[in-house]
Amino acid sequence: MKANSASQKLLSLVLLIGGAFSLVYSLILDFSRSGASYRGPLLIIGMVAIIAGLYFFPTLKYHRRIIYIIFLFPLLFTFAVTVIIPLCLGIYYSFTDWTGIQFTKFVGFENYTTMFSDPQFIWSILITFIFVVLNMILVNVIAFLLALLCTNGIKGDGFFRAAYFLPNLIGGIVLGYIWQFVFNNVLINITKTSLLVQTKTAMIAIIVVYIWQYAGYIMLIYITGLTQIPGDVLEAAQIDGANPSQTLFQIKIPMIASTFTICTFLTLTSAFKQFDVNLALTGGTGSAQFMGKYLTSGTQMLALNIYNTAVSKNNYALGQAKAVLFFIILACVSLIQVRISNSREVEL
Amino acid sequence: MVGEERRRRSLILTIIGIIIAIYVLFPFYLVVMNSFKVQADIVASPIALKGVSFKQFITNLGAVINNSNFNFWRALFSSVVITVISLALLALFGSMAAWVISRNNKKKWATAIYMIFIASMIIPFQVVMLPLVSTFRDAGNFVGIPMLSTIPGIIFAYCGFGGAMTVFILTGFIKGVPYDLEEAASIDGCSPEGTFFRIILPLLTPVMTTVTILNGMWIWNDYLLPSMLLGLNGKYKTLPVAVQAFVGSYVKQWDLILTAALLAIVPMIIIFLIAQKQIMNGMIEGAVKG
Repeated sequence: MKANSASQKLLSLVLLIGGAFSLVYSLILDFSRSGASYRGPLLIIGMVAIIAGLYFFPTLKYHRRIIYIIFLFPLLFTFAVTVIIPLCLGIYYSFTDWTGIQFTKFVGFENYTTMFSDPQFIWSILITFIFVVLNMILVNVIAFLLALLCTNGIKGDGFFRAAYFLPNLIGGIVLGYIWQFVFNNVLINITKTSLLVQTKTAMIAIIVVYIWQYAGYIMLIYITGLTQIPGDVLEAAQIDGANPSQTLFQIKIPMIASTFTICTFLTLTSAFKQFDVNLALTGGTGSAQFMGKYLTSGTQMLALNIYNTAVSKNNYALGQAKAVLFFIILACVSLIQVRISNSREVEL
Repeated sequence: MVGEERRRRSLILTIIGIIIAIYVLFPFYLVVMNSFKVQADIVASPIALKGVSFKQFITNLGAVINNSNFNFWRALFSSVVITVISLALLALFGSMAAWVISRNNKKKWATAIYMIFIASMIIPFQVVMLPLVSTFRDAGNFVGIPMLSTIPGIIFAYCGFGGAMTVFILTGFIKGVPYDLEEAASIDGCSPEGTFFRIILPLLTPVMTTVTILNGMWIWNDYLLPSMLLGLNGKYKTLPVAVQAFVGSYVKQWDLILTAALLAIVPMIIIFLIAQKQIMNGMIEGAVKG
């Protein structure tokens, strides 16, 4: 660092000035709408050169600070462009008549009032809530039973764990189509009509597929919780003459209460966001009679409803308003989760 | 007597376990077996082995791989490139940011950045996806770097979206790395960036595995983000997007759809068979820490 300080100074200056120049020049091209194709690469070169110039900047006092800035920059920049800016824009657009490309005027809460007068949307919220609650209970119960099964000293439990977890590796789109085949071509021999035809049975089908995909994963978390219970506690219970069910309900379950909280909220939030399986399995179709209206998208859950409103029906502002509501619901759920897990920790 | 009762119980439990395993694995069996059949045999007897022939499998494979909507090799290539580069960049940028945050955790700005990252983890993709597309389109047009329907654009988006969770898990780990190590290096004349790359980064291997598995499972199987940013009919498609585009064009052609499904799940199954333990542990750790 000391020996070549003069050349380093020069390098740093050249990079900084050159970088600033190409950055400014490319921005001038941008604002003057020149359309020159080299303005993009020029911008990137400018940014890289400035970062390199800062890195070589001959200072010992501020070097650590410069490194901190350089290290934080890439992630903060991508994060701001892909999350923060679209989030702010999205909330803003939900109060306008945005078409996905531009907007002409503010409409206040009109999008929000429109969506609550649409029976299809209220139906979607309703079935999403039912789906979430049923799933939360079923996935957790089944996963916990599977975890008990796999920790009970049966032979080849490693194989069983891997086998039950396997469906979780596959994306919702692919497994949605696989199960569509199972329901429409295999199970039809037992059920006569496909389960996917009627709205009620189709919802059951979605739940079955979801449990199939998710229970193995939640099981793994329960297994971790169960194996972390200290052996001497279980031994003490055995010496005191506790039978297996007493051990289960009075020792095992209370001792893994925090695991239950984790799994409950994990299933809750992921069930809320459920989109892929819904799209691939039923596509949201199914008839239903609701609020005096005939609905054609009986199995369309909230996430799919948002997508269809914006992308298929081209109503971007309304879709965005629905998405903001979706975000508020999820944020509330997460806040409750934080509350519960914090109060638990205090108790312990 | 007790031993015998125990053995019997263990036997019953094992049988229950096997029955559940058969139920869980049955759809996979159907996919594999029916990719070896012609459409007529699949519809007539979807469960039986009747009509299974290796020649038919080759025919189905050929029809699917060369299909213009599916384009298997191209989709696989896009998926691999997007996943691998996103994971590498997330690991690098994420650990750099997490190190800065955890080494300044008494300062207000670092705490603020950390809190923003944590809070952003509850943001569902749906609420940002529509403005994201318009931002990418407008910003890309403005600066002359196309962001929509391009691989660098989607990698950029994955770095932004995966950043929060990556930083969260890595920061928790780096806080546990003793600061003495860094001080010693610093006294020996090591620069801060040298300390990070030579001392901290090698120590992060276990937690990097966790982060990479969590992000990898998500990015590889993700459908909504690539379908919005790359488009269903775009130049590049990831595997889930290609499957969706393919099935949309071949309603009820189960011989082709199931072969496509098989092709789409095989890469993940192979990786799982190789790194089963790491994947399962990574998923558990991610859940418990998240």
